[in-house]
Amino acid sequence: MSERVNAGLHGESAMQKQAKVLLGFWIYLMTDLVLFASLFATYAVLRSNTFGGPGGGQLFNLPLVLVETILLLTSSFTAGLLTIVLSRGNRRLVMVFLALTFVLGVGFLVIELTEFSHLIQDGNSWQRSGFLSAFFTLVGMHGLHIAVGLLWMLVVGYQVLYRGLTTAVTRRLRLISLFWHFLDIVWIFIFSIVYMIGVL
Amino acid sequence: MKIFIIAIPLLVVGGLLAYALQGAHFAILDPKGIIADKERGLLIFTTLLSLVVVVPVFVMLFVIVWRYRATNTKAIYSPEWDGSRFFETLWWGIPCLIILVLAIVTWTSSHQLDPTRSLTSTHPPLKIQVVALQWKWLFLYPDQQVASVNTVEFPINTPIEFDITADAPMNSFWIPSLGGQIYAMPGMTTKLHLMADTSGTYAGSSANLSGTGFSGMRFSAIATSASDYANWLIRAHSSSQVLTSSSYTALAVPSADVAVRLYRLGEPTLYDTIVMKYMMPSTATSSTDTKAVNSDMDMDTNMNMNMPGM
Amino acid sequence: MFGKLTISAFVHDPITNVAILGTIIIGIVGIILLIRFKKLSWLWKNWLTSLDPKKIGVMYIAIATFMLLRGLADVLLIRTQQALSSGASHGIINADTFQQVFSAHGTMMIFFVAMGFLFGILNLIVPPQIGSRDVAFPFLNSVSFWLFAGGALLVNLSLAVGEFSAAGWLAYPPLSELSYSPGVGVDYWIWSLQIAGVGSLLSGINFLVTIIKLRAPGMTPMKMPIFIWSVLGSMSLVVFAFPILTATLSMLALDRTLGMHFFTAEAGGNAMMYVNLIWAWGHPEVYILILPAFGIFSEIVSVFSGKRLFGYKSMVWALGAITFLSFTVWLHHFFTMGAGADVNSFFGIMTMIIAIPTGVKIFNWLFTMYRGRVRLTTPMLWFLGFVVTFTLGGVAGVLMSVPAIDYQVHNSLFLVAHFHTMIIGGVLFGIFAGFTYWFPKFTGFTLNERIGRWAFWVWLFGFLLAFIPLYILGLMGATRRLDHYDASLGWQGLFIVAGIGATLICIGVALQILQVIVSIVQRKQHLVLDGDPWNGRTLEWSTVSPPPSYTFAVIPIVTDRDDFWVSKHQSIPDQVPRHYRAIAVPKNTSAGIVIAGFATLIGFAVIWQIIWLIPVALLGLIISCIIRLSHDAEEEIISAVDVERQELTARRQRDLV
Repeated sequence: MSERVNAGLHGESAMQKQAKVLLGFWIYLMTDLVLFASLFATYAVLRSNTFGGPGGGQLFNLPLVLVETILLLTSSFTAGLLTIVLSRGNRRLVMVFLALTFVLGVGFLVIELTEFSHLIQDGNSWQRSGFLSAFFTLVGMHGLHIAVGLLWMLVVGYQVLYRGLTTAVTRRLRLISLFWHFLDIVWIFIFSIVYMIGVL
Repeated sequence: MKIFIIAIPLLVVGGLLAYALQGAHFAILDPKGIIADKERGLLIFTTLLSLVVVVPVFVMLFVIVWRYRATNTKAIYSPEWDGSRFFETLWWGIPCLIILVLAIVTWTSSHQLDPTRSLTSTHPPLKIQVVALQWKWLFLYPDQQVASVNTVEFPINTPIEFDITADAPMNSFWIPSLGGQIYAMPGMTTKLHLMADTSGTYAGSSANLSGTGFSGMRFSAIATSASDYANWLIRAHSSSQVLTSSSYTALAVPSADVAVRLYRLGEPTLYDTIVMKYMMPSTATSSTDTKAVNSDMDMDTNMNMNMPGM
Repeated sequence: MFGKLTISAFVHDPITNVAILGTIIIGIVGIILLIRFKKLSWLWKNWLTSLDPKKIGVMYIAIATFMLLRGLADVLLIRTQQALSSGASHGIINADTFQQVFSAHGTMMIFFVAMGFLFGILNLIVPPQIGSRDVAFPFLNSVSFWLFAGGALLVNLSLAVGEFSAAGWLAYPPLSELSYSPGVGVDYWIWSLQIAGVGSLLSGINFLVTIIKLRAPGMTPMKMPIFIWSVLGSMSLVVFAFPILTATLSMLALDRTLGMHFFTAEAGGNAMMYVNLIWAWGHPEVYILILPAFGIFSEIVSVFSGKRLFGYKSMVWALGAITFLSFTVWLHHFFTMGAGADVNSFFGIMTMIIAIPTGVKIFNWLFTMYRGRVRLTTPMLWFLGFVVTFTLGGVAGVLMSVPAIDYQVHNSLFLVAHFHTMIIGGVLFGIFAGFTYWFPKFTGFTLNERIGRWAFWVWLFGFLLAFIPLYILGLMGATRRLDHYDASLGWQGLFIVAGIGATLICIGVALQILQVIVSIVQRKQHLVLDGDPWNGRTLEWSTVSPPPSYTFAVIPIVTDRDDFWVSKHQSIPDQVPRHYRAIAVPKNTSAGIVIAGFATLIGFAVIWQIIWLIPVALLGLIISCIIRLSHDAEEEIISAVDVERQELTARRQRDLV
């Protein structure tokens, strides 16, 4: 303490703030991963508890899920392109890729909800068995995250239009992209553990 | 003066405890069966082993605080001394050794005293099925064709194989004088092997919260001579009440502080029916295929029990 | 219109009515006093909307204290009931009320007392001890606090509106499922914990980033105070463990409100999965609480022995080992579920391994005092009390880590005595020690030592009287949570002694409250003008006490582990900076209250199934989040002139000493 420097919060640079937020967001993603891990573990335990009802093999429509997966993977790609054009500061392209990602995400969600409503109409709702409870909750939790991500895109998209690519808006766009990639990875696990193994 | 501040309350603590302990019975420290006896031995051994560390800690605590109290200016003072490889190795090392010993004891004792492990004796084992209900214990003797509520009787020196389930919230089946407890859970079977070596009536309790009637959900475990047990069986057989699926349904209705009851067991597979009703929708089960499905279910249960734990 | 909420929710038995009436009267008197002295807007502007961690910390401690008193009221009910309800007598309350009381007791003491005090102390101490002005995300901090407050509100609301869970503090299914607990009690339990739990999770992220990113220049990891290491370990556990709680509570809520079958007895649910999940959170939770207490004790022992902490590196490794191991032992909470000998012994052995680093810490503390100058102040008394009780409780813990022994004491009062020894003797004594130690830092005056000592001794003997009987009762085969027992068992005497002990503990707490009041009244006699009453060693003591809103006028540069101690001893004159710079502090905002308010409202609506209110409150939550997050955090500038004026005043005060 023999020396002292003047470096207050005021002196905190945008870069320091960016690093802080980025680390916080990564830790948040990790906690979300633990949340999903708990749901995956529960699903694994309840997978065969169909209580005389149908299992995954009878219920899953793999081609439809494949379409879902392609939509989400493509949206992850456009979200990646978003960050590239973002670092070039190209506002118009940012809007284009944000809109593309959004539309693909909506498409994914619509298919998922269609799948859910078919299941429920056929009498296979979450109330039927432990397996279906775990299935709806795990997949639904991912869907809920997608919905939150879409809402976030709408808000930040509005900010891009009316405020331009300010430091804060740029930071938010990067976080959205990170979030979207994260959901993509979780989906890969859902696709392989729930659907692929489910129909085997 | 200062010494009184500590001594008087200590005396009060000791006096009150001594008074409260008049005629106390330490069920766990006074075993009446081989399992409880070994568990007590383990308890005492582990306590003594822990004292190897605890006693020096207490002695050092009081000696150091006294010797290095701030008012004692004659004591050595080395404010910068902040480590010693020798001492630190010592107190990483010694606890490691103690825990190593304890780990070996744990491994062997866990296998030796595994509740699923059968006991050996000159007498053939007796199978008793236990159902935890809201709020009473039902005991089924499938081979003897009798049943009882809130009392279980068996001969001494005979290995008892308890199959335990619940048709109610999870519970825990515990006879402290004979040995440790195991959970009773709906839709599955846990096993517990006990053997009494002294005749007597031992308190049995429900150790896990199961709703409002939980405190009154106690039973007597009566270990008797072979002849007394035979007499008891005769009494149960001559009971006017018969336990069948329908009378069971009436019994399973929640009720608290239930008196002892004896039954003739009308359906030897009643226990399996009780377990199965949580595994399949009731329409899917017919009485003929219960047995077949049951063996499947046993496997399933074991899988379930190990999976989350692993 | 109001879902399940009908007039019958407000009808209670006489004892509850008295408690409700008392609470309402205290509340009304409080509000009248605030209006009378025109303090409402002061409270709002200076406290409730503040983003200053020093203020948020105090508010955490205020709520935790209130919840402690509620938890103690429950203790008195439990102890009275168990002392009286033997044989023909059925005591003062019925079984259902009794079960609600002990469920509420456990829930409040862990989630709102221990966690509340913990986050209070973290808010107060972590930033100044690492040489930072604030936490990483001040607004998030406020949201966390208000979520915690919202959870506390729901627990308290359950007393007057409806009922609380009667399924124990961890609400094991299937008992906690709708078929066996049809009332709203379990829903209150779920949603108060869910809301407070999300708050804790966000705090965990916040403090992790704070410690990683905001340390003063020069404070390398091995120069961090040991308390900071302990918080780092604790907060790592928070971010790994609390999501599991969130998931588990969500699944139980889905079972109860949407008819799912995660943990139900029927339709393919698996209650054992719940028990695994809740302890995969619950065991780390114990270490979330105890690690910072270890950190506090380490600081205190070193300061009051006037000596460097012995074996700093050992301590760091021990903390790391405990942090890691605490995730590998959860199954020891249910050896009796029948997982098999291999699984049981694995978890048993992992559990006893934790005793090694814990033992190392105790030896290091002893050797910190060795060749020191030990001042037996109140914080040190709490430390000595901790070593004695914690070691004994630790022996009980090692006993229960051997599965075959656990079969005989599980779910007995021996277990109850064990975890109370750890939580009271470890966590609570640590909090009391830290509270006494850091009190002058934030008020500018020390606590009355005389009453403090009395409080400690009454507490300690009360503690022994309350829990030794429970250990003994456990060995006699007494199970926990009994609202009535047979007279022939011979337990009543011990229950009465335990009741006397609990009463003494309450007297101890009353003395602590008296201590704070007397100290405030006599504060002129105990002022700490130089800001350093204990000859402190770490950075937080280098500022004036109480610290200004910006804490540090200039951010210190760290050169040593005991930086403040070293700088005092090298007798470097406190250099006055040539000029001060303006400092930005976050501006007050009510957004935290609004967001947490909507979250609490959602909880209330789901509990009572007031269907229309759920989307309304949800929409409110979303909109308020969007509005707040769309604004870049607003800051308030404290001008260089202001900083200089405050610093000069403080310096003059210090020079007077």
